[in-house]
Amino acid sequence: MDLEIRNLTHRYDDLDVLRDVTLTIPSGQIVCIVGPSGCGKSTLLRLLGGLEQPTQGEILEVGAPPKGSLNPLTYIFQDFALLPWRTVSGNISLVLEGHQLGKSEIQGRISDVLARTRLSDFAGVYPRQLSGGMKQRVAIARALAVDPAVLLMDEPLSALDSQTRELLMDDLVSLWERERFTACYITHNLNEAVRLGHRVVVLSRRPGEIREIVDIDTPLSERSADSAHLGRIQTQLWEMMREEALTADRQLNDA
Amino acid sequence: MHSPDRTVQTPTGVAEPIPLRPVAKDVETRRVPFRGAGFSPKALWYVPPLVFLLLLAVWEAGSRFGLISPLVLPAPSEVLTAFRNLVESGMLYNHLAASLQRLVIGFVCGTILGTVVGVLIGLYSLARSAFRPLVAAIFPIPKIALLPLFIIWFGIGEGSKVATILFGSFFPMVIATYGGIDAVDRSLIRMGQSFNMSRAAIIRKIVLPSALPAILNGMRIAASISIILLVAAEMIGAEYGIGAYVLLAGNLMATDQLIAGVIVLSMLGLIVSWLISLAERHFLRWRN
Repeated sequence: MDLEIRNLTHRYDDLDVLRDVTLTIPSGQIVCIVGPSGCGKSTLLRLLGGLEQPTQGEILEVGAPPKGSLNPLTYIFQDFALLPWRTVSGNISLVLEGHQLGKSEIQGRISDVLARTRLSDFAGVYPRQLSGGMKQRVAIARALAVDPAVLLMDEPLSALDSQTRELLMDDLVSLWERERFTACYITHNLNEAVRLGHRVVVLSRRPGEIREIVDIDTPLSERSADSAHLGRIQTQLWEMMREEALTADRQLNDA
Repeated sequence: MHSPDRTVQTPTGVAEPIPLRPVAKDVETRRVPFRGAGFSPKALWYVPPLVFLLLLAVWEAGSRFGLISPLVLPAPSEVLTAFRNLVESGMLYNHLAASLQRLVIGFVCGTILGTVVGVLIGLYSLARSAFRPLVAAIFPIPKIALLPLFIIWFGIGEGSKVATILFGSFFPMVIATYGGIDAVDRSLIRMGQSFNMSRAAIIRKIVLPSALPAILNGMRIAASISIILLVAAEMIGAEYGIGAYVLLAGNLMATDQLIAGVIVLSMLGLIVSWLISLAERHFLRWRN
């Protein structure tokens, strides 16, 4: 299933947040959206998953979601959004309850995603006992449990320290290699964008417009942290954003 | 010559470590003083029983040696005798049964109603707009001031006493409950919506468990208010009840009985707060 954004404009009262955004998130690819802070990239993601309604324009699901998908558009949040009073498996079970699945079906799905994210040993543990990286792995497992068509990832690694971030990036790459999931990945970290994105979309400062779309052909598994080619793309992206970021930094925060 | 500072190049080209403290003899040295002490009081387990025992000993001795008049403050041993009489005559049971019945009915009904109204205020705009100003207006009234009114409405018997306690525990529960719901992490609710959870499921599985610590906290406040109101209500037209017992003892200048009654009240309060702690430990185990 593709996700298509057509002429999307979004406004909060008098404040233009996004202007005339047209973009396709093709099936099986990771599209990274980068932009200076406050450029409306998180708003764009909320619009994509139907947590907010666009002022103008439309967002279309093109094609059928995979058979048996319980929640085609599934988020992974920056702050993990795990319920502290539920264990790891309880948190995954939360999103499976209410779908008329049998107890054994729910249990089966939980142990399946825990195995896929190598969390099986942590099924009975409470979130507070886990490090940030493990919490985000649980959130990823929870997202996979509902067989999503598109993963909507809102700065999923921003709350983690840089070592954990590297580890999780590797995890995401190997996960993609195995499952070829579709994702829209919001980040302000250009390194994450060039490591994980098949396509990197650069937004301008508020009101966010698409400034540039960069396709990266190197397969995800061959991208390493010190690749010169990726380094050049990252520098190029930064040059595009630098002015915007500088101006955005000086913009007053009246939103 | 790019060797790090900690080594020196010798003529042979072998790096030798330099001593860690190449301090000249005539330079004054001193240890960095520690300044981070204090401001972290700890509970010393052996102090509370000692304080209690010391207080009792001083009190008993003062009474025995005539420093404290028995009319003003009877000796602990006399209070104990009064308490034993209370138990042996079976009156403690009568008083406690009457008090507990009022307390439990008033507190349980007030808590349940308060939680329900609090949830409504926390979730629905109409209920919020309708009830919140009412609650704000009525909450600050000392409920004892309403007792005479309740006596006119519900009679001098059980009705007015239970109603006072119910009213007294209702408002703190309302405020604690909707405060707890207002404070629910919106990102958790957004998560629930993003996974297509039904509204009912979001309320049951996300909102209410999130608000539970605040609700239990409200229960603690409601319970202590209930005990205050219980005693106040029992001081008007009650035959049995700890409040009635204390009032009667005061009227008879029987300070030994009076203090025995007060100790029963203290125990009652401690037991109630212990029960709530048990509930907290059970329901909030995930918090550690």
